[in-house]
Amino acid sequence: MESRKSLWEKPFFRALRRARLAKFGVAVLFLVVVVALAAPLLTPHEPNDVVITRRLLPPQWSPKGQVEFPLGTDQLGRDVLSRVMHGARISLIVGVSAVAIAGTLGITLGLVSGYFGGRVDDLIMRIAEIQMAFPPLLLFIAAMSVLGQGLLNVILVLGVSGWVNYARVVRGAVLSVRELDYVEAARAMGGTSLRIIFRHILRNVVAPAIVIASFSVAQSILAESSLSFLGLGVPSSVPTWGSMLADARTYIRHQPWLSVFPGVAIMLTVLGINVVGDWLRDYLDPKVKT
Amino acid sequence: MRGYIVRRLAQAIIVVFGVSIMAFGLMFLTGDPSSVMIGDDWTTEQVAEFRHRMGFDRPWYVQYGDFLSKAVRGDFGTSLRHHQPVFELIMERMPATLELAGTALLISLVISIPIGVISATRRGTWADNLVMLGAMLGQSAPVYWLGIILMLLFAVFLRWLPPGGREGFASLILPAISLASYDIARNSRMVRSCMLEVLSHDYIRTARSKGLAERTVIYKHALRNALIPVVTLVGIQLGHLLGGAVVTESVFAWPGVGRLILDGISGKDLPLVQAAVTILAMGFVGVNLMIDLLYGFLDPRVRVR
Repeated sequence: MESRKSLWEKPFFRALRRARLAKFGVAVLFLVVVVALAAPLLTPHEPNDVVITRRLLPPQWSPKGQVEFPLGTDQLGRDVLSRVMHGARISLIVGVSAVAIAGTLGITLGLVSGYFGGRVDDLIMRIAEIQMAFPPLLLFIAAMSVLGQGLLNVILVLGVSGWVNYARVVRGAVLSVRELDYVEAARAMGGTSLRIIFRHILRNVVAPAIVIASFSVAQSILAESSLSFLGLGVPSSVPTWGSMLADARTYIRHQPWLSVFPGVAIMLTVLGINVVGDWLRDYLDPKVKT
Repeated sequence: MRGYIVRRLAQAIIVVFGVSIMAFGLMFLTGDPSSVMIGDDWTTEQVAEFRHRMGFDRPWYVQYGDFLSKAVRGDFGTSLRHHQPVFELIMERMPATLELAGTALLISLVISIPIGVISATRRGTWADNLVMLGAMLGQSAPVYWLGIILMLLFAVFLRWLPPGGREGFASLILPAISLASYDIARNSRMVRSCMLEVLSHDYIRTARSKGLAERTVIYKHALRNALIPVVTLVGIQLGHLLGGAVVTESVFAWPGVGRLILDGISGKDLPLVQAAVTILAMGFVGVNLMIDLLYGFLDPRVRVR
């Protein structure tokens, strides 16, 4: 009990408690994570349960709606609420996994680039510039068109191509701490480059990386939904918000609710992450507070 | 300034060269580009004949040399589906994409700059909070979903605007607004934060203490400096618009390069996809080069970095 209280009293949580918008973001994210983790237990129906006789039922509050399908059913009679809840799983899996890959790659390359400088730095930064020449979504579309649909492919494409922002920011941060006294001291004491980078420099450049990671999760979720909407992301048999919206297009005139709920789910999730990301940025770097 | 231009041009040449390698390398992500283009029922002989016809049976560096030497002459090969030079096909569709992206860019700037200024000068008021909430929502909604919702409202329910196609100015409104939505949101926040920073500088206090009208201080002294970082953002924004155009064109059946790319993907027309991606990326490099040069002109500090 004592340790819980002390954790709650730490500056991080004290600051979070004072930020109303960030608290809203954390609440939304908490809800999305719980739904994603417990989807099989919480959903009223199987997300891929096809029953043609109950197809295109409107939401519960419409005159023809049914209580057991609160958000209605789609063109194959699948429960929209269950599919929206299961969609949270894919979005979070893609968002978190892609950011883990991008962060690991980008932070490592940024550390190496900033610490060693010279030709290594030139090479890494030129590659970053070349990749930045491609509009991101266009690059994802091109890569997915060759690799083909698949959850793993989406994660890999978003993850491998997401390293640039981390590398550039971490490199900048390394350049500003590389010549500081404590790094000099570590070097004078015979510390190897690897030890200095990972033990002394990494912990000082991790704050900007966390901020980028929070926004990258949101961007990855949006990118995955766009790819799935275009039929290039996760196969349509897997319930994702993007593929639900793609299916709903045919029914936009007479069953508009099909186009509303998955979109609201994406918007709320991304909003929650962006709000928390904004607060984190301000918290970790008070200079940029606006 | 001349040294800066030469340095920046040299960098751009390296990037263009790298873009060509990357665009070429994309074809080889699965190891063999022909695997993406062949039909499911093709015989081994048909596959071998196709590989030979496309030149995929040659070493990769020979293929790259061939790709590069033809690309600089505007020859990106022939479309497998349309049986027409891909460069010609892309250029036919380019005006539609540029029209859409250009209009979206214009809309985003025309809306976001005044909104950002108002928000910054009335910091903490309900107007500021409302704008920032709208901006947060705008940055969180997928562009294509917003397009669907706009279509639902203005084309399906109200019937004020056409739901798709490219027939006159009215058909441009919905796709351009939905494509611009993300950038309106992002630019508003950027202009707001830049304005807030500039407004805290000493020279603004001096301008005010000279007795200048608040309007003059804001629009003549503060905004001019606050907009410098926004110029760079326009370059990044163009990349976002070109990527977003692919999805927006798909939602609104807009006959641009984006839809051509998607048609190419569904028709297994990889040379078309590769050429379109290369050309759009090259265009993006060109625009960013121009913006960097403009930036160097606007802000002398950039030239010496």
